[in-house]
Amino acid sequence: MRWLAQLGDWFERRLQIAAPIREAAGHPVPRNTASWWYVFGSAALVVFMLQLVTGILLALIYVPSAGEAWSSLHSINNDVTLGWFIRALHGWGSNFMVAIVLIHMVQVFLFGAYKFPRELTWIVGVFLLLMTLGMAFSGQVLRFDQDAYWGLGIGASIASRVPIIGPAIVKLMLGGPIIAGATLSRFFALHVFIIPGMLIGFVCLHLLMVLKLGINEWPMPGRIVKRATYEAEYHELTKKDGAPFVPYAIWKDMFFAAFVLLAVAACAIYFGPFGPTGQPDPTIIQTAPKPDYFFLWLYAVLSLLPPSLETPALLIGPVLVIIALLLLPFLSGEGEKSWRRRPIAVLTVLLLAIMLGTFTRLAQSAPWSPHMNAWSGEPVPDKYLHGTTALERQGALVFQVKQCRNCHSLGDTGGQRGPSLDSVAVRLTQDQLIRQVIQGGGNMPAYGKNLSPAETTALVTFLETLHPAGQSPARDAARDFVLGQSGNQH
Amino acid sequence: MSNENTISRRSLFMKLGILFNGLVATALAVPIVRFLLSSVTRGRASAYLSWVPLGSVSDFPEGETRLATFRNPYVMPTDGKTVDTACWVRRIEGEQFQVFAVNCAHLGCPVRWFPQSGLFMCPCHGGAYYRDGSRASGPPERGLFEYPHKVENGLVTIQAGELPTPGGSAALLGKKPPCAG
Repeated sequence: MRWLAQLGDWFERRLQIAAPIREAAGHPVPRNTASWWYVFGSAALVVFMLQLVTGILLALIYVPSAGEAWSSLHSINNDVTLGWFIRALHGWGSNFMVAIVLIHMVQVFLFGAYKFPRELTWIVGVFLLLMTLGMAFSGQVLRFDQDAYWGLGIGASIASRVPIIGPAIVKLMLGGPIIAGATLSRFFALHVFIIPGMLIGFVCLHLLMVLKLGINEWPMPGRIVKRATYEAEYHELTKKDGAPFVPYAIWKDMFFAAFVLLAVAACAIYFGPFGPTGQPDPTIIQTAPKPDYFFLWLYAVLSLLPPSLETPALLIGPVLVIIALLLLPFLSGEGEKSWRRRPIAVLTVLLLAIMLGTFTRLAQSAPWSPHMNAWSGEPVPDKYLHGTTALERQGALVFQVKQCRNCHSLGDTGGQRGPSLDSVAVRLTQDQLIRQVIQGGGNMPAYGKNLSPAETTALVTFLETLHPAGQSPARDAARDFVLGQSGNQH
Repeated sequence: MSNENTISRRSLFMKLGILFNGLVATALAVPIVRFLLSSVTRGRASAYLSWVPLGSVSDFPEGETRLATFRNPYVMPTDGKTVDTACWVRRIEGEQFQVFAVNCAHLGCPVRWFPQSGLFMCPCHGGAYYRDGSRASGPPERGLFEYPHKVENGLVTIQAGELPTPGGSAALLGKKPPCAG
């Protein structure tokens, strides 16, 4: 063992890092910060390291060429020993990293950790979040399949809406006039060199500040942060009620990090790698691209915003959010830290979580997308055809053939873009049905030019049968009056 | 040397050193920036656009809308299949055509043509267009993008080369939206 100590001495004499490491490891932290609430930052770092390792492994085989990327992903999945597992680890690691970074951010926000003197730590953290999202998006592009191709198209369409310089931004982003080889190459550079390089630098800064300024103490209701006194109070706290970070607090970080890695591996084994889906061939248009999980909410927002609000919301919204996040520590740099005394902070987090959760949930079923195959794949339920007349059946046929079904459901199958028509006859009279079919309106196209009078009559006659048993269809009382009792009964 | 107004030889050299580096950095920045922006500057004079044939007029029956594919005129060796592009060709009658981009005018997803209902439908956010490309419903703010086209020697030819986007160059987008506002 003597030779080992000698070897250590030899290096230490030249490197001289033992003392600073010992000092950093042993720096006192407030005792009650050795909590399970304080493990998310280190877990994010550990998952980032997993991403670095698995990313480098994938780069050994992946070919960043639009012509070959897709097939190289297939050979990683199928031909390389455990290639599927490394891809799955990287893909699931990405999801976990975004999730943990978000949880970490919520925790430090609710614990008031962004307040004086840790403003810059928060700001660097905001950039780390943006870079993590940038990694997630660029990673989705490197999985160069149909979703990646059309996802880039969506990105380009959004970028193009920037006033004046939009088209230039698109060409800069795509590396040319269309989504092609140069596009993949530059997203490869972003994902593998540019963003990770910045991430590593910013993570070091972030950590350095955590060490220099000390971990945020457990917030106590009534313990007010003041610029003049905070540092002395914190120093006093760590002296009176502190314990060395190693080993007093670090064991929880280690346990949680190991648990997270295990969870990533379990997901990777159970669910396997993500895609790639279909080949990135723009002539194959039978595709319904969807973004990865953490961008699903955006997909929902883009579908639900009124058209006139969309461009301003897309271009100004993100800027406002980022500015708000960056200004936060300056707007409330002092005062209460405890979430028990900060109801608006708690409500903001809840509101955002519910909003993002709802949009994500909605995007999973995407009720705004027409079901492209409903008209040919989902027949009119039998119960709507029992005891119907020939004209009504003809109308049911028109209903299917004219693709009404793609947007309107019957018996819970079909599109949900428009309202379900199971009881449409209760809502609309014959005249209203005719008008709606011919002129459209309320987000429905006009079918006047695509239906012959006979088809319209058949269709509307069929639609008039769609009402629950025992509930009579809507009728125009005035019409009965004008036309007499012979009016329009059937 | 003790006089505050005089500059020491060392500090003068340091300042000159900074200046020298600044000059070199500026000189190097020019090619670096030009390289970075090459895809933008090249596209400025519509250099990406050219006329591409889609097929002979007889390939497109009158009154119908058919999917046609063409190879993007600007090709790099690593582009693979991404340069093969699709578009919808509507032959109204005779030599009257409309050629639509498959990219939805909302956010660029590929729209599909349904001849039975005479609609283009977008699978992403539910945009729909009539057979003449005008907006029918959904989030798009305008009709489908139309490629400029001409019929020469019996060939349908379009001017293409750039990804059609809502804010893209006017030359490619053809007519302006009927309901711009």
